[in-house]
Amino acid sequence: MKIIHTDEITKHIKEMCIEANLQLTPDMEKAIKGALEDEKSKLGKQILKQLEENMEIAKKENIPICQDTGMTIVFFKLGQEVRLEGIPLEEAINEGIRQGYQEGFLRKSVVGDPLLRENTKDNTPGIIHYEIIPGDDIEIIVAPKGFGSENMSRIYMLKPADGTEGVKNAVLETVKMAGPNACPPIVVGVGIGGSFEKAAYLSKKALTRNMNEQSSIEHIKNLEEELLEEINTLGIGPGGLGGKNTALGVKIETYPTHIAGLPVAVNICCHVNRHISRRI
Amino acid sequence: MDRYIKVPLTEDVTQELQAGDYVYITGFIYTARDAAHKRLYECIEKGERIPLNLENNVIYYLGPTPERTGQIIGSAGPTTSSRMDKYTPLLLEEGLKGMIGKGKRSPEVISSIIKNKSVYFAAVGGAGALLSKKIKYSKIVAYEDLGTEAIRELYVEDFPVIVIIDSQGNNLYETAVEDYLNTTK
Repeated sequence: MKIIHTDEITKHIKEMCIEANLQLTPDMEKAIKGALEDEKSKLGKQILKQLEENMEIAKKENIPICQDTGMTIVFFKLGQEVRLEGIPLEEAINEGIRQGYQEGFLRKSVVGDPLLRENTKDNTPGIIHYEIIPGDDIEIIVAPKGFGSENMSRIYMLKPADGTEGVKNAVLETVKMAGPNACPPIVVGVGIGGSFEKAAYLSKKALTRNMNEQSSIEHIKNLEEELLEEINTLGIGPGGLGGKNTALGVKIETYPTHIAGLPVAVNICCHVNRHISRRI
Repeated sequence: MDRYIKVPLTEDVTQELQAGDYVYITGFIYTARDAAHKRLYECIEKGERIPLNLENNVIYYLGPTPERTGQIIGSAGPTTSSRMDKYTPLLLEEGLKGMIGKGKRSPEVISSIIKNKSVYFAAVGGAGALLSKKIKYSKIVAYEDLGTEAIRELYVEDFPVIVIIDSQGNNLYETAVEDYLNTTK
């Protein structure tokens, strides 16, 4: 049994919100630089050069990489042998977001009521996904998600007969519809299986994977590779202005599903695919 | 080709610009995004005066991050333009000559761009830190209560954009992807 005070969680969330928005993870940076090296389109190359320069300025001058510092998505894995002390966990997490967005000079983009649309002025509440894990550790991922790409995401309730081909068509259709709107080059998170909401959750979780990490399931890994290749023959390219690098990666997560269904969610993320993790 | 232009943007300038041109804009422009557009639109519809002069001006679809002490503005990249499509034709009728954003526009907006001899530019999405360096002055001029969505007056110097839809209706998003695909055949 480990005792963790929720003040500590607030502090970590605050720091993670700031850090995630100022600097991409090394694997994301490397993916963008790699795209610059192998891009064939002249316009595409110029766009990627600007993105590279942008990352440097953000880091050096403490300016967020993108002005859309996102809605804060938190994946919170709680070891079942941890005892929490202090204020309720959800309040502690939201307090961390509140402090991070204030102290980090990040944009407050959350409106309280989706129809009345009044800004909450502190970017809370975040979207929190809890998971209980064995042991006495806490693992936190903070992923600020911009809505330029979020708005271009789709969910499909396919038939079992649609199979792998159906999944591919769904992903390609979503990427084509997004076109230049989602700030390509993009990262594509795909959730296959489960239920309506589980597929959407999986597609978001897939985006938090390291860019170099492929699926551990052989046929899913192959599907990731095939989809990346097919997306990159669409020609949409950086900024949607033509080129090879429409997507930097495709990440797929799966879950068992019902005999009658094949849910597929496609969560698109721009090249500013922010996710930072810590273990307490 | 590379072009250096100044705002106010007159029709003789917008008519010279071609889809695919690299344009560096200097001058005073306004920011406005979703909530500000809704207010401007409703104001005009009711016949009320709007708090800015759109004549020959340019709107940048931007909601910046807050500036730190000593900074003029925070991160300042473009937001997705299509969310403004419902409001754009009316603003173009009111004299607006240019828009800076990213992403596709509706057929209604494209028709209105042609009719009003205006132009749609894109800045690079997700390059907010880089683009903020081209902004030399920023002041909220209307709808302060909207926070990041308030209307700001900016002075930009050589602000880098690309002409996506020109006053003849040529659309770079369509032609550039086609051109690229043709070269890889």
